[in-house]
Amino acid sequence: MQINLTLNGAEQSADVEPRYLLVDYIRGTGNTGTHIGCDTTSCGACTVLVNGTPMKSCTMFAVQANGTSITTVEGLKQNGELHPIQTAFKEKHGLQCGFCTPGMMLTGVALLEENDDPTEDEIRWAISGNICRCTGYVNIVKAVQHAGSLIREN
Amino acid sequence: MYPPAFNYSAPTSVEEVLTTLTNEGDGARVLAGGQSLIPMMKLRLASPAFLVDINGVAGLDYINDVNGHVAIGALVRHNDIVKSDTISSTNHTMASAAPWIADPIVRNRGTLCGSVAHCDPEGDWNSVMLAARAEVVAQSASGERVIPIDDFIVDFFTNSLQPGEIVKEVRVPKYSGRGGGAYMKLERKIGDYATVGVASQFELDGDGKIAQAGIALTAVNAKNTRATAAEQVLVGETPSDELFREAGEAAAQAAEPETNVRGTAEWKREVVSVYTRRGLETALAQAQA
Repeated sequence: MQINLTLNGAEQSADVEPRYLLVDYIRGTGNTGTHIGCDTTSCGACTVLVNGTPMKSCTMFAVQANGTSITTVEGLKQNGELHPIQTAFKEKHGLQCGFCTPGMMLTGVALLEENDDPTEDEIRWAISGNICRCTGYVNIVKAVQHAGSLIREN
Repeated sequence: MYPPAFNYSAPTSVEEVLTTLTNEGDGARVLAGGQSLIPMMKLRLASPAFLVDINGVAGLDYINDVNGHVAIGALVRHNDIVKSDTISSTNHTMASAAPWIADPIVRNRGTLCGSVAHCDPEGDWNSVMLAARAEVVAQSASGERVIPIDDFIVDFFTNSLQPGEIVKEVRVPKYSGRGGGAYMKLERKIGDYATVGVASQFELDGDGKIAQAGIALTAVNAKNTRATAAEQVLVGETPSDELFREAGEAAAQAAEPETNVRGTAEWKREVVSVYTRRGLETALAQAQA
């Protein structure tokens, strides 16, 4: 089936089988920052923003993204500058192996869009659909908080 | 993981959805949020030949307060329920359940009506619907029928929809008097199925006696189950600690849990008893507020 969508600001079209998963479509375009972790809707490593809302791209078909605008981790950077969430993850050491990081950052971006000064509890609740097996979450929470303060300063 | 190949269409009107379902027959399934259906297809536990994706149908994402009930359209996502003032001001049981459905990202996509239709005995919403005595509006090309939730839930992953019918709406009655309710869920981690879930709600009459009560259980039977004997313990009585304890014990009798990775049968039955009592205590505080 023919699909047309916007991926990180660029218009894309493709001919895909209905069962082709959105995550594989995205990775096939070279945007391999979107990871496949559990492949069973549990881990959140494949999280992308669909029209600004976090979705698990292993649990959507590419055909369902027809007409949408999708943001992956590659689309966060603007005009060559890191997004505040990327700066914050770097400065607060919010990652170790990095596998969950794209999903964590996109979920964090969506949270900060709604509330740029979330409490620790609100952050922990918001990222509860994204699993990290390295960090124990402490620095991830600090990074999201720090990103909020960077956004507020701007 | 990939499901077997299927055909797909994304109609933009309810009429077109119904026509497609009728034309495609038994092999066709409605795809709404897909947060249960797609994983089941990937695991090849379900293999529909045709998916009718309703996400592009306009006007199905309503939460309307009408005629003594709240009507929830087929494309209302779990997270819409979490954020809805209409829900939080009319039904405590739903409001308390919504944040415990799956995880925050799944809640952005999954739908209440889809979860109701799915009839997973470990799903939370059907216990809430039983406790609230909700109704399901089924629509087909030949018209609409309203199905009480008790008749809608047939068995393990089985509802009473006829071929060609979709769940267009779920109707949750509003309290007629002072009411309250709670959904209490024990889960090992966010996103896991309930180990045990209990939905409890009741309404008080003018004398402060319980006029109507609903108690239903998740993950401890082959389907979400109404604890009828526990409801009967409550109706016509004045709320008290002793009454709630008695209702909890009666609710535990309605549970037939299995010992599995989430716990032993004996322990789960005890959790039903305790969660029923605590849910009723919460409901009382709300009804008296």
